[in-house]
Amino acid sequence: MKRKNYMNPYLAGVLLGLVLLAAMFLSGRGLGASGGLKYAVVAAVEAVDQQHAMSSPYYSKYFENGENPLKSWLALEVLGMFLGGFISGALSGRLKFKVERSPKISKSKRLVFAFLGGIFFVYGAQLARGCTSGAALSGMAVQSVAGFVTMIGIFGSAYLFAWFFKRLWI
Amino acid sequence: MGPISILHEIPEWLNLTIAFLIGIGFGFALEQAGFSSSRKLTGMFYGYDTTVLKVFFTAAIVALAGSQLLSYFGLLNLNFVYVNPYYVNAAFVGSIIMGAGFIMGGFCPGTGISAFSIGKIDALFFLIGGLTGAFLFAESYPMIQSLANAKYKGPVRVDEWLGISPGVFTFLLILVAILLFWLAERAEKRFRRPDISSEI
Repeated sequence: MKRKNYMNPYLAGVLLGLVLLAAMFLSGRGLGASGGLKYAVVAAVEAVDQQHAMSSPYYSKYFENGENPLKSWLALEVLGMFLGGFISGALSGRLKFKVERSPKISKSKRLVFAFLGGIFFVYGAQLARGCTSGAALSGMAVQSVAGFVTMIGIFGSAYLFAWFFKRLWI
Repeated sequence: MGPISILHEIPEWLNLTIAFLIGIGFGFALEQAGFSSSRKLTGMFYGYDTTVLKVFFTAAIVALAGSQLLSYFGLLNLNFVYVNPYYVNAAFVGSIIMGAGFIMGGFCPGTGISAFSIGKIDALFFLIGGLTGAFLFAESYPMIQSLANAKYKGPVRVDEWLGISPGVFTFLLILVAILLFWLAERAEKRFRRPDISSEI
């Protein structure tokens, strides 16, 4: 199947905004992504070492009142994201196993930096209580000061560091 | 009247089904926008592709203006919609770390999920890194607890903070967005990289 072009960015923005509005109207909350990864880790740690999870002030709060972190709103939403992305990729002919990288760097270098970037991003997101989705985008939609600060911080910092990592991308 | 799941009794399975469906819409929109490509996302920081800014601000404004319209017509009670809490130090330090992760990894968590869902192996590594980051945070939490909880301001909103009405603030944000869109379109022409844009 021929690879289709991406949607016009402003139109895609309207679509994303309507999804966010639906989350606010139906569930009284915004969208999230890093939180879903956190729930997966919390559940995995509990499964591997229950004693450690229950004695830690961090993990134990996700099991209060017999709750299951994998049966939470955010965990289900993140699960849906995989399917939504897959449907979009299938409809537009973009399903393909691939390491996307600049021709100036090797595959393994790209993968190492992708892994490191993931560590930094989600660590920072836990500290700031949300990532680009949960804090910046959803926060801006409810005029949250934290949302605007996080948005400016993420993009400002990425611009600041962009020069050092130029070779990874251009 | 909304938020539906807060103001009305709905069974848990329905609440979780709504979450799953919203997730499908979210993942679909991100992929259609082209957020499944790391070189499209990082184009934002080198000027050759500013899709990130266009999608991001358009979405924020649609949700912001849309929720205010719903509130105006009595369809949505905004007092029950979650407003992110503001921890001054944590938001600042956390977002700096996120920005560094963005330019190293080429994704944020949501776009990483979007890219992995169409088969990008680099996104899989990013997500494994993300799980590792969440684990490291949980394990180091006792050490950084004081930073994480310092200077808590509550779920403060910009309109309250500036002492203006939500409508005026929305209008100002739209003006800022139009200015940014104009700059973004100019940047794409000035820093264009047809070699990259044809690949992504």
